[in-house]
Parts: sequence; C-alpha cells; structure tokens
Amino acid sequence: MIEISHLTKVFDNPDKTKLGVLRDVSLTVEAGDIYGIIGMSGAGKSTMLRLIGLLDTPTSGTITVEGRDLSTLAGKEKIDYYKTIGTVFQGYNLLMQKTVAQNIIFPLTLSKYDKAAARERVRELLELTGLTEKADVYPSQLSGGQKQRVAIARALATKPRLLLCDEPTSALDSLTTQSILDLLADINRTLGVTIIIITHEIGVVKKICNKVAVLEGGVLVDNGPIDHVLSNEMHPITRSFFGKEVE
Amino acid sequence: MSDFISQYGALILSAVGDTLLMVLLSTFFGYLLGIPLGVVAYVTDHGSISENRVVNAIVGWVINIIRSVPFIILIIFLIPYTRAIMGTASGTRGVLFPLVVGSAPFIARMVESSFNELDRGVIESARAMGATNFQIIRKVLLPESFPSLLRGMSIATITIIGYIAMAGMVGGGGLGAVAINYGYYRYERPVMNVTIVLLVLLVQAIQLFFSAVVRRVDKNK
Repeated sequence: MIEISHLTKVFDNPDKTKLGVLRDVSLTVEAGDIYGIIGMSGAGKSTMLRLIGLLDTPTSGTITVEGRDLSTLAGKEKIDYYKTIGTVFQGYNLLMQKTVAQNIIFPLTLSKYDKAAARERVRELLELTGLTEKADVYPSQLSGGQKQRVAIARALATKPRLLLCDEPTSALDSLTTQSILDLLADINRTLGVTIIIITHEIGVVKKICNKVAVLEGGVLVDNGPIDHVLSNEMHPITRSFFGKEVE
Repeated sequence: MSDFISQYGALILSAVGDTLLMVLLSTFFGYLLGIPLGVVAYVTDHGSISENRVVNAIVGWVINIIRSVPFIILIIFLIPYTRAIMGTASGTRGVLFPLVVGSAPFIARMVESSFNELDRGVIESARAMGATNFQIIRKVLLPESFPSLLRGMSIATITIIGYIAMAGMVGGGGLGAVAINYGYYRYERPVMNVTIVLLVLLVQAIQLFFSAVVRRVDKNK
C-alpha cells in the first residue's frame, strides 16, 4: 500500500527547534497493517508521518501510496489525497466552538456532500466510537479519551483507507490508552483500515501493531513484523525498547 | 436641574446620538477593513498557511505606520483627503473617514492576535483533511476565534469612543466635542460633568454587552 524508498529529510534552516531529520529510510506498509513507528523524541518519527501525510515534502527519496508518487501530486490531486487518509494527533485538534457531531461532519463539509448521507455517517461513527450520547456536547466538556474518540471518528468520516496516528495516546492515562488502542484495533479489523501509529511507548506497539519500525537519530535501525524483529539480532535501542522480555 | 435640562438637554441628547452613530459606523467600517487586513497579516506570516514575506512585510508596514501617528495628528493630516472623500472635514460626517483609517490598523492587529491565540494544530489538521486555504479561513479561523474577536471588539469600540472625543477637538461632533466646547472653552463644568458621566455609562454598557455576548457564544470554557 505504501512504498517508502530512500526517504531523506533535512531541515536546511538554522531553526534549532526543528528536530527530526530522516536519513535514507525505506520501508513497505501493506494493506491491513498496523505499523508502529517507535523512537525517542527527535528520532524523526513525526517528520516521517508528516511526509506520509503530505504536510511536508522530503529532501530526497519517494513515498508511493497506492501507486501514486506523492511528490507528483499538486493542487486538486493533493486535496483528493488528503481525503483518502485520516490523521489523528496527540493534541486532538478539535474545533472547540463546534459540537462533537459538527466536528465529525467537518471533513465531509469540505467538499460537496449529501446532507442526509452525512448525518447517517455521523450517526454510524458516533456509534462506532461510543459517543452517541455526546453528539451535541462541546469538546471542552469531554475527557481526553473522549476527545481522542471524536478525533478518530472525524478522521474516519471520509472513509479513508489509511489512518495516520501521531502519538494518539501520549496524553492519556493507561486505562484510557487501552480503550483507544482497542478502538483502533477494532477499526483495523472491521473496516480494514491500514494504520500507521507513531509512539514512544513500546506498550502501544506490543498491544496492537503487527509490524514495527524503530527509528534512532533519523535512521531506521530495525524494521519488520514484530516476531521477526524480536527473533533477529537487534539494535541496542530496539533491545532497550522491548526491555527484559527479550532476555 | 430643570433649567439645565431645558438649556442643554437637546444639545447633549443629540451629542449622544451622534456619538452612538459614529461608534457604530466606524466600528463597522473599521472591521470591514480590519478583518481582511488581519487575515492577510496572519496567513502570510512565517509558518502560516500562505506564507508570503513580501505581502506580510507590506501589510505590517502599513499597519505600523498608521498606528505610529497619534490619532489627533492623523485627523489633521487627513483633512484634505477627508474633504475630498466625504465632502467635509468637520462634524459627524467629516470624522468618520479618519476614524476608520485610524481604527482599521489597530483592529487588524487585534484580529491577528485573536487568530494567533488559536492552536496551530487545529489549522494543520484542517489542512490534513484537505481544506483549502479559503476553507481554513472561513470554516476554522473565523468561527474558532469568534469569541476572542468579540472580546477584541469591545476593546476596539471603547478605543473608538476615545478617538471620537479627540476628533471633537478639531471640529468633530458627539459627546467629546460637547465636553471640550462647553467644559474647556466655556468653563461650564456641569455640562462637562454630565458628558463624563454619560461616557462612563456608555463604556460600561458596551463592556457589559460584550461580556454577556461572549459568555453566551464561547463554547470553549
């Protein structure tokens, strides 16, 4: 589904706050994967997700999603690409002046849409994410876990085939984290949505991912199906992530 | 008391009317100019949705220059232009043009700072959903910062009332002019006192009105 080949990103501006360079990263995401990208902060994980999400452009290398080279997309094609992916952020990024239902319908209102069909879609998504009773509530009245559910429902509104999750549980307590991860796994299983999830918590990878990519200083140090990674010679950073389980 | 009313009542009442009219019109036109200016200043800023160094510098430059000129000087400087555009440079009509010119840059900065209060992540996520720049402005930026824009509007309106009083020094109408003409030039303190009380009440009313509206409108609290 996604072919990442020799992806490199360097920030040429002297802006020291911009961490996260990438050096010659190649990996393949297959349809149906829940791919975990793990690394310390500044390892380049978020940069990678931004490149896949077309929120930034690589210095060199290519990303091909369902046969389309992202660097060739422009104008309308770019907008269309955005509509085939959903993105979930650590900080939820909800519209605070709109209700839960209005937030979920928002991506649909960006193109011509059928009102009745959109309402039905919102109803389905509210049910899927367990928010039916919160439809007319404003985000400021929700807990972190509920806000992330709204963000997930919103990301799914356009029926994307790919869901990009940037540290979706990092701001949540462990119990809420589990329920959000269960929801993501459920979406992957029942809707067949491919998921890429950025995290610095190995628990997230262990719980729902079938594949993992370990980034360290912008370099991909280990990559592949989890049991495969665990049964081979590991990079020290991978070993430290997986901890004592490996011994 | 009744003497005072019969002598000055009509004068003060019409001055209140003039002040209200000028406040409404100049706030309206100030925002009509200030919002687009603020939007342009915001979207062309470094790291924003439509980064453009040149446009940002020009807009910033115009805003800063006008804001640097004290309003009373600006009115005098603008007199020939005011006369050309409004037909007169005095009275309520003649004050409207400098009021709009003087308040729009200030309003633009208030608008821009309201936008800057917004979490950039929200704008980025709208982009990730495929929103065009125009959609981001119309569907995210403006509605999400609406309560903050209203808070800014109460400050802008009150500042404009101050400007109107200054305009009273150089032939403008309204309560400020009454206070200056009667209280300052003719030493009629009662008239001055009444206008001050009325101005204080007006400012309080505006403040209360906007607070009440914001409380109703703001869903993020």
